[in-house]
Amino acid sequence: MRINPRFTNKLVHIGLNLQAFFTVGILVIIVAIICFKGFPYVNFEFIFAYPQDMGRIGGIFPSIAGTIFLVLLSILLATPLGVGTAIFLTEYTKESVFTKIIRFGVESLAGIPSILYGLFGFIFFVIKLKMGWSLLAGVLTITIMILPTIIRTSEEAIKAVPRNLRIVSYSLSATKWETVTKVVLPSAIPGILTGIMLSVGRAVGETAAVIFTMGSSLRLPTSLFDSGRTMAVHFYILAREGISMEKAYGTALVLVVSILLINILAYYLMNKAISRYS
Amino acid sequence: MIMDIKIAIRRLRVTFSKNEILKGVTVDVYKNTITGFMGPSGSGKSSLISIINRMIDFEDNVRIEGEVRIDGQSILDGGHDNVELRRRVGTVFAVPIPLPRSIYENIAYGPRLKGIGDRATLHYIVEDSLKKAFLWDEVKDRLGISALKLSGGQQQRLCLARTLALKPEIILLDEPCSGLDPISTAKIEDALSELKKDITIILVSNNTKQIARITDFAAFFYLGELIEYDATEKLFTTPSMKKTEDYIQGKFG
Repeated sequence: MRINPRFTNKLVHIGLNLQAFFTVGILVIIVAIICFKGFPYVNFEFIFAYPQDMGRIGGIFPSIAGTIFLVLLSILLATPLGVGTAIFLTEYTKESVFTKIIRFGVESLAGIPSILYGLFGFIFFVIKLKMGWSLLAGVLTITIMILPTIIRTSEEAIKAVPRNLRIVSYSLSATKWETVTKVVLPSAIPGILTGIMLSVGRAVGETAAVIFTMGSSLRLPTSLFDSGRTMAVHFYILAREGISMEKAYGTALVLVVSILLINILAYYLMNKAISRYS
Repeated sequence: MIMDIKIAIRRLRVTFSKNEILKGVTVDVYKNTITGFMGPSGSGKSSLISIINRMIDFEDNVRIEGEVRIDGQSILDGGHDNVELRRRVGTVFAVPIPLPRSIYENIAYGPRLKGIGDRATLHYIVEDSLKKAFLWDEVKDRLGISALKLSGGQQQRLCLARTLALKPEIILLDEPCSGLDPISTAKIEDALSELKKDITIILVSNNTKQIARITDFAAFFYLGELIEYDATEKLFTTPSMKKTEDYIQGKFG
């Protein structure tokens, strides 16, 4: 028997709506729970005070600062490296066994669980290079961890720039480097920014790799060789070791809100870039 | 009247992989004229002009033999600079391709690459180039808008203006009016007729009427060979080859 196509259409329509609703619904519920549970504990003091008694009392200022230091430095290190690799792969080499090997490596790296990055960072940076648990070891480890994402997304973004634009640029007497910096990269910025945002998300939320390399000191890191903890690590330890669920939820709320703010900022920057170059 | 030879092409043979695209072509292009290259697709006329600005370098598996000289200087041996060459030899492609930025920045792109950063000089170049491309009056109040917002005909004149901003000695146009309406086409043709006072122009076109209208010399190519080359008037009134006559009369193409 043939099903009435209009009925099928209706059914699919309802089905897809439900799915979308379901996805957004879960997100809303998670954020709502965190807001509801965390809101009573978040205030000016919570954000700007130092923790006392393992975090049972006081605020989370050092872990906010620790998060900012770790994420910012990792992104600053990984972005030029990653975008540079992507430029090399797309513009400066022809497809060959060599590029295939690099690509395979990048893809394999992207699939490795973060705990293994943590282990590597611990053995190599913390022990072998004698960095100890430190911001530096954390930054280097997180950089390696997010590099594959930045390389892959940048590569896709650069490849998506029409060949015609490059040809025009060359015909107007541009060199390869001028073409890359003045035509290709500006057009690829939105895609590259997406990759950076995904990486920020990964770095902000990372716990395993951070505990192994940056440690979990409650003190404010004031140099690259100080240990420290991020909000995610702080939350994990507060909750896991049953220190204070209240402070844990407060930390989670600050974490969620900061990710939200970073995303809004990124969208703003992306729109600015798009409107400038179209 | 003795005319100066601007571009001398001798026994030019071009092979893509195993296909011979040009089979030993010899042509002189005279200074400050419009020279038309016509012929059905596959005749090699587009490949020929992509050698003059060395844009052919971006294709794979190309082999070039023969000689191409601009003002007596070879552009095929290693002794020249492609960047410098493309400053002297401008290109307008079949499809207008504005860069994704404002009208002003499109025109200023080339001059900026040359290192011209002075605002007054750039303003002058932008205005002058747009005027020469017969586009200034239509865009002078909105130089800051995206070039992608212009109509197809305006975009093609923008591309012409962008090329002019480099002050080239030669301009190559590869079927520049193939996608344009008659009015836009007429504007481009008017612009070219003015420009030839200072610039040597090569116009590749399938449109024999256009070649007859605005060129001084015309060359007819067929399957990689130059069939006939003469003053346009002579070629269109009394062609010496049967093939040329058939093509002009639209019997094939």
